[in-house]
Amino acid sequence: MNLFLQQLLNGLTIGAVYALIALGYTMVYGILQMINFAHGEVFMVGAYFGLSVILAFGLAAPVPGGVAWLVGVICAAAAGCALLGLLIERVAYRPLRKAPKLSVLITAIGVSFFLQNAVMLCWGAQDRYVPELLPVRQMGEGAVAVTPMQVVIFAVSLLLMIGLQWVVHGTKLGRGMRAVAQDPLAARLMGIPVDRVIAVTFAIGSALAGVGGVLFGVYYSTINFHDGYLTGLKAFTAAVLGGIGNLPGAMLGGLLLGLLEALGAGYISAQWKNVVAFAVLILVLLLRPRGLLGERLAERA
Amino acid sequence: MNPYHTEILATAALYALLALGLNLIVGYAGLLHLGYAAFFGIGAYTYALLNLHLGWPFWAGLPAAGLVAGIAAVLLGLPAIRVRGDYLAIVTLGFGEIVRVVATNLEGWTGGPNGLMGIAHPSIGPIRFGVDAGPYFVLLVFLVAAVAWISVRLRRSRLGLAWLAIKEDELAAGCLGVDPLRMKLLALALGGWVAGMAGCVFAAKQGTITPDSFDFIQSVMILAMVILGGLGSVAGAIWGAAILSIAPELLREFSTYRMLLFGLMMILLMRVRPQGLFGK
Repeated sequence: MNLFLQQLLNGLTIGAVYALIALGYTMVYGILQMINFAHGEVFMVGAYFGLSVILAFGLAAPVPGGVAWLVGVICAAAAGCALLGLLIERVAYRPLRKAPKLSVLITAIGVSFFLQNAVMLCWGAQDRYVPELLPVRQMGEGAVAVTPMQVVIFAVSLLLMIGLQWVVHGTKLGRGMRAVAQDPLAARLMGIPVDRVIAVTFAIGSALAGVGGVLFGVYYSTINFHDGYLTGLKAFTAAVLGGIGNLPGAMLGGLLLGLLEALGAGYISAQWKNVVAFAVLILVLLLRPRGLLGERLAERA
Repeated sequence: MNPYHTEILATAALYALLALGLNLIVGYAGLLHLGYAAFFGIGAYTYALLNLHLGWPFWAGLPAAGLVAGIAAVLLGLPAIRVRGDYLAIVTLGFGEIVRVVATNLEGWTGGPNGLMGIAHPSIGPIRFGVDAGPYFVLLVFLVAAVAWISVRLRRSRLGLAWLAIKEDELAAGCLGVDPLRMKLLALALGGWVAGMAGCVFAAKQGTITPDSFDFIQSVMILAMVILGGLGSVAGAIWGAAILSIAPELLREFSTYRMLLFGLMMILLMRVRPQGLFGK
């Protein structure tokens, strides 16, 4: 029973990180019907931004006020990734908006190669150690170990998801995003600055991926320039599982995928952990391609 | 021509074979496949296992590897074929990764991450192929020529026209009596067969295979070759393979920057010519 609860908790923690990244996939897909394959690399760059900020302030060990520091690091990485997302959209994707889908796919792969190798050149190819900002200790007396870091990851993810819901459903910008997603041409005719809305969507999605990157780094304490590919793919699976284009779906999908993966690793074998995500992905696409909460038909793709 | 140049040429020819095979699936039948390297791997492992356990010679392994990979392509395609577009790309990507993870974890059969070694080189009578890339290059050129010829012939055949029809409008093609499912599976079978043969030659040439050679990046590289050349173009697939396998070698003097430049090159090419070099 303890193993079960522990894996549940671990799964939900990493699931929250998947959910943050999945939001970026789903937002861009909702608006452009395009799978941004480079999104996983933005997440990875975010983790390295976080590492650099931590090192720049010499935060080598748990410090007093660690949570405040961590929030600062997260904000810095999010801002960096938002800029990166804007740049990618402007330079790589916008010129191809009318091009065949396959060319966009190749461009995204090109962006991935570029970012991976840029990170490798700037920060080195070997695993990098990310200092723990929060004390590693068990909280409370329970049988299940909850660390402060896990609490922070939950809190940050939850706040951001609520914030995003508010942006999309409660602001003028969000109304613009939903309008562009429904019909870009009609949105343009209604005076919505479509290009700007798309750019902001990329910025927000990339910022969330950046936050995910920092949390991933401080949670696992090691990062590598290869991390973006697999984690990005899992986050994409989460988005598909929840119903791509659907924001609550991405959150649900992320948490569920984290859970399934942790339970698979705990009860089957850690070696096959990465297969769980792919198996889930394939099963969902075959049995329920619109995902758990999706309304859009897969045929539109 | 020093051994380094022959090696590059042989690699380019191997990629040309793979690009031609994938072109049948993506270019002809319009199925965006992101796990093509898995069939390449299945072919390589088929020959390696047949050779190591049963002592099959290369020339018996070549058709067997093609057959097994073709069947695998159909079997993995059967469930995947109902989803379309980007989603098909993701399903095939998932299958490709699963094949690789299985190869990595079934240590009893595949040797796990260390792979298999001691795979026999081919020989024709007294001529032994050995480790030099030259004979493999000649063999691969023959295979490339054969598959290119088949591809060109197929385009104007009933099958090629049926593929074109389902690629343009699957619903309309279905109404005109073309069975889209069958046609798509045929494309997968043919493409898988080509990849399987390429895998066999690869295994025989290297003598050692590891799961790393058949990962997602490999699938992406082959796809990039097809798209760079222009979807559906036979000459394009060959040129795309030649350019993308030789370019990193030419960029070698930039050493660590070469993959960075390679990514940049892909972005720029798609901006300048999104339909590919030989595409319409």
